[in-house]
Parts: sequence; structure tokens; C-alpha cells
Amino acid sequence: MNTKVTIAGVTLNNPVMTASGTFGSGMEYGEFVDLNRLGAVVTKGVANVPWPGNPTPRVAEVYGGMLNAIGLQNPGVDVLIERDLPFLKQYDTKVVVNICGKTVEDYLEVVERLGDEAVDMLEINVSCPNVKEGAIAFGQQTDALYDITSQIKKKAKQPVIMKLSPNVTDIAEMAKAAEAAGADALSMINTITGMKIDVYRRKFVLANKTGGLSGPAIKPVAVRMVYQAAQAVKIPIIGMGGIATAEDAIEFLLAGATAVAVGAMNFVNPYATVEVIEGIEAYMRQTGTEDVRELIGAVERE
Amino acid sequence: MSQKKKITARVVSQKEAAPQIFDLWLETELASDAHPGQFVAVYPKSADTLLPRPISICEADREQNRLRLVYRIAGKGTREFSAWRENEEVSVLGVLGNGFPLEKAQGKKVFLMGGGIGIPPMLQLAKELQADKQIILGYRNQDLFLAEELRQNGTVYIATEDGSVGCRGNVMDAIRENGLKAEVIMACGPMPMLRAIKQYAAENGIEAYLSLEERMACGVGACLGCVCKTKEVDHHSHVHNARICTDGPVFEAKEVDI
Repeated sequence: MNTKVTIAGVTLNNPVMTASGTFGSGMEYGEFVDLNRLGAVVTKGVANVPWPGNPTPRVAEVYGGMLNAIGLQNPGVDVLIERDLPFLKQYDTKVVVNICGKTVEDYLEVVERLGDEAVDMLEINVSCPNVKEGAIAFGQQTDALYDITSQIKKKAKQPVIMKLSPNVTDIAEMAKAAEAAGADALSMINTITGMKIDVYRRKFVLANKTGGLSGPAIKPVAVRMVYQAAQAVKIPIIGMGGIATAEDAIEFLLAGATAVAVGAMNFVNPYATVEVIEGIEAYMRQTGTEDVRELIGAVERE
Repeated sequence: MSQKKKITARVVSQKEAAPQIFDLWLETELASDAHPGQFVAVYPKSADTLLPRPISICEADREQNRLRLVYRIAGKGTREFSAWRENEEVSVLGVLGNGFPLEKAQGKKVFLMGGGIGIPPMLQLAKELQADKQIILGYRNQDLFLAEELRQNGTVYIATEDGSVGCRGNVMDAIRENGLKAEVIMACGPMPMLRAIKQYAAENGIEAYLSLEERMACGVGACLGCVCKTKEVDHHSHVHNARICTDGPVFEAKEVDI
């Protein structure tokens, strides 16, 4: 039985990764799961310098999910290199570093700093809805996405994954723009912009007023977008959005994702990643699937 | 530090301690690792909830593997908890957070200050701390809870907002009215109370340790949802933010901007 998948020449032991921002740098969940079991660990978004993030409250539970407006708090790329990468290097898992920035130059600085580090792939966050400058501003228009992707590709030594926003009119057009600019892979979806109001206090629950919706509530949207993008591009897609179980993960694979990521459900069940991996293996045995790659895009395939 | 884990616990008993305040005993292996001031995250079972609810540890019976949680109904999760009955199996993540630094107060003249639903963690603290304990409790009205048990572990002073028991006002009024003095303060309660204690401690040159609260998602330091502002650059975040769930919930008052 083969569970390995390859993305841009990087072979993962299995298709299950972690969604950036939901797994810290791996250290926090290493107490619960064996990080060697994961296909890849995707670290919390990192910028060229430390970012303080947004005021609190930063999180709120909603039906079927949660809103967050962390605002990309991060310790900066130097700390990632000195502290987090050596930690992750101890494990038999691939390391993907998620990168955020306010300007194209910010992104390029991080990309260049990571050029000679033990990082298997770069994931570019152009889809965070919770910061005013940068981030999503690059991910909502095809020309801006094309421009930042091609500039990053010129400097990057590792394969580049563009993390797309669902807060767009046409996801297929965004996927095509990233592919045309040379992206090696896509990951989707980031969170969907949402809001919660406390009706008794008549106040916004989040200090930032809006936040990104994640969790099971967004899964149908994510599956649809992965499907549409997979129809539009040839580069591999990493699917995410509300994955809690192996069935959820398999749904994304069938829709066309080559790999998947477990996100907000780590907060609910700290063992979720390994349970999804074990569930995929059980599904493969149960359905006589010899190779996990048989599942990719296999929905109603003749 | 003990390893954090998500386990199944069994409800031993539950009763209403005061209006909207519930007193829950759980049988769980987590009890053996529990330290005063730490917390657990308790999972509601209802399908319209997702995240576990952080609740401070009121008491830990390590011999019988039992944890006592005293909480207020604050929303649908805690409302569900209040309906749990004996022998029900429930999911709990723990033990979380750092707890109170007992060694800073051992043998000294201390204030243990609890306001409202910040009172419960004072019980295990009072039981374990060997010191000259003045326990100052703030309630809204005569609906007291845990006061009698705390009396067995120190000298208790009570303040109520409506003046129905003890002095009228808050815990700071109780200190002034009774002319109390301390070398170290350990406190948990609403933010205005903690701010007042921080100021009082600074003015009087007293060491103070405050247990903070914030909306939380993961409880284990990954999501960065529950941060508080710090005076210095935090060792982990490298910005002026510390994680209440992991670096706290107890902070030295002078370290945090609240």
C-alpha cells in the first residue's frame, strides 16, 4: 500500500499536512502526536521581522467553526531559523514554511533568508484576511497575484506553494494566474472572512471586528474550490478547510487535491492529524486502494 | 512539567454551589499532575460547540484521582456542563498552564485574593501554600461559595458589592477596612480587580502574581488567540505578547500590561 505523494519533486510519506497557524511550529503538538507520522509540518506564517498581531479577543467560536483574527503574530524569520527549524529537523517529516509580508520586498527578504535552510517548500500567504496591509491584498486580484508569484519564483530556492484566498469571485482564475506565474503548487482555502456580534452587549466579539472563519462549517466551500481549481490548473493542490476526519480528507483528494491539511480541528482534537492518517490507511484497506494517488481527482472519473 | 493529554474523565458529583455557580468533581488521572493555578479545558458534547472551555482547578485530590472544578454558567458550553450527572463520561484536555509560584510565598505574609469566579483556584492554593494566609474574597452579594472551605486554610475577609456580607465594596476595600498588610499577593478575578491589585502592589512594593483570562482556542500555545501584553519582549513570541494558556495564566503583575 502506498501512501506517499509528491508535490513539486518533494515526496511526503503521506498526504496529511498541518494548516499554517494551527500547529504552531510543531513543538506545541509534539506532546500529543508523533511528528514523524505527518506528511509535512507547515509552520505558522513568518515575516521578515516580528509582528505583534491584533488586540484581543482574537478568537470566537461560531456554529460549526471558529473565527480568528490573530493578525499574523510571529517572532520573525530569524527566530524561526534559530529555534523552530532545528527542532523540526529532528523529525522524518517535510518542513513547509509559511511566509507573510506587508510588501513584496518583505516576502522576498524571507524567501531569500530561507534559501539555504532546511526547508522543503515555501508556502506564500497572500490570503490572510486579518491584516490591513499586504497579505490578502496580493491574493484577491489576478494581476497582483501573478506579480508577487513571479517575483518570489525568481528568488526562491525551494518549491513555492501559493496559498489562495476563498474571498474571491472566481477561484479558477486565481489558480490560473498563480500557475502562469510559475507557482509549483497551490494550497486552499485560507479562512473565509466573517463576523460575530454579541447581541446582549451589542458589540463585535472580535477586537478586529472581522475574522477568518475556519472549521467544519467551511468544508463544502473548500471542497468546491479545490475541485474548480483542480479543473483549471495542472499544478498540485493542497486542500484544506474544516478537515476533522479521514472521510473529510478523502473528499478533498477525490475533488482533486494531492495532499490535505488539518487546521482548526487541531484545536479541538490535538490528535486529529494522526487520526486522519490512520483513517486514510483504513479506508485504503477497506476499499482495496493500493495507492493513495488513485484517489486524487477520482470523483466520478470514468 | 507533565505531559498534556486529552482524556476521558468521569463525573463523580455535581451540585449548584450558588446561583449559576456549579461545583463539579471529576475522576481523572490528570489530578495527579495538577498544580494550584493551573487549568483544564473541558469539552462540551453538543454539536453546536467545538472548542473546549478553559476552567481553573479548584481542588485536586491526588490520592483519589479527582479534580474539582467550580465554574459559572457563561454560555452554552458551561450551561451544558451544569446538566452533567454522576457517572457521565466527559472529555478533558490538561493539565494546562503554569500555576502559581508557591515558592515565592512560602513562609511569608500573603494575600490570596479571589473575585467572583476567580475564587475557585484560591482553594487548592490555600491548601498547599505554607504561609501566613489572609484570604480576601469578593462576591456580588450574600450568595457565597467556597468561603467556609477557605476559612479552614487561612483567615478569610469578605467584601460584597451590595454590602450584605463583610465590607461593602470590593477586595481592595476589604484590605483597607481591615488594615491588612502582605509581602506577596496571589490573585484571580475580573480585570478591574487585577488592575487595582497591580497598582496597589506597585505602590506598596509588593510582589504580586495574577491569574489572567482570555478567549482561548487551542489551550496549548499554538493558536496565539489568548495573548496578553507584556512589559518586556516575551521570550517565546519575541514581541510584547505572552500566551496566557502556556506562559500563564499566572504572571507577575509587573511583567504584564493589563
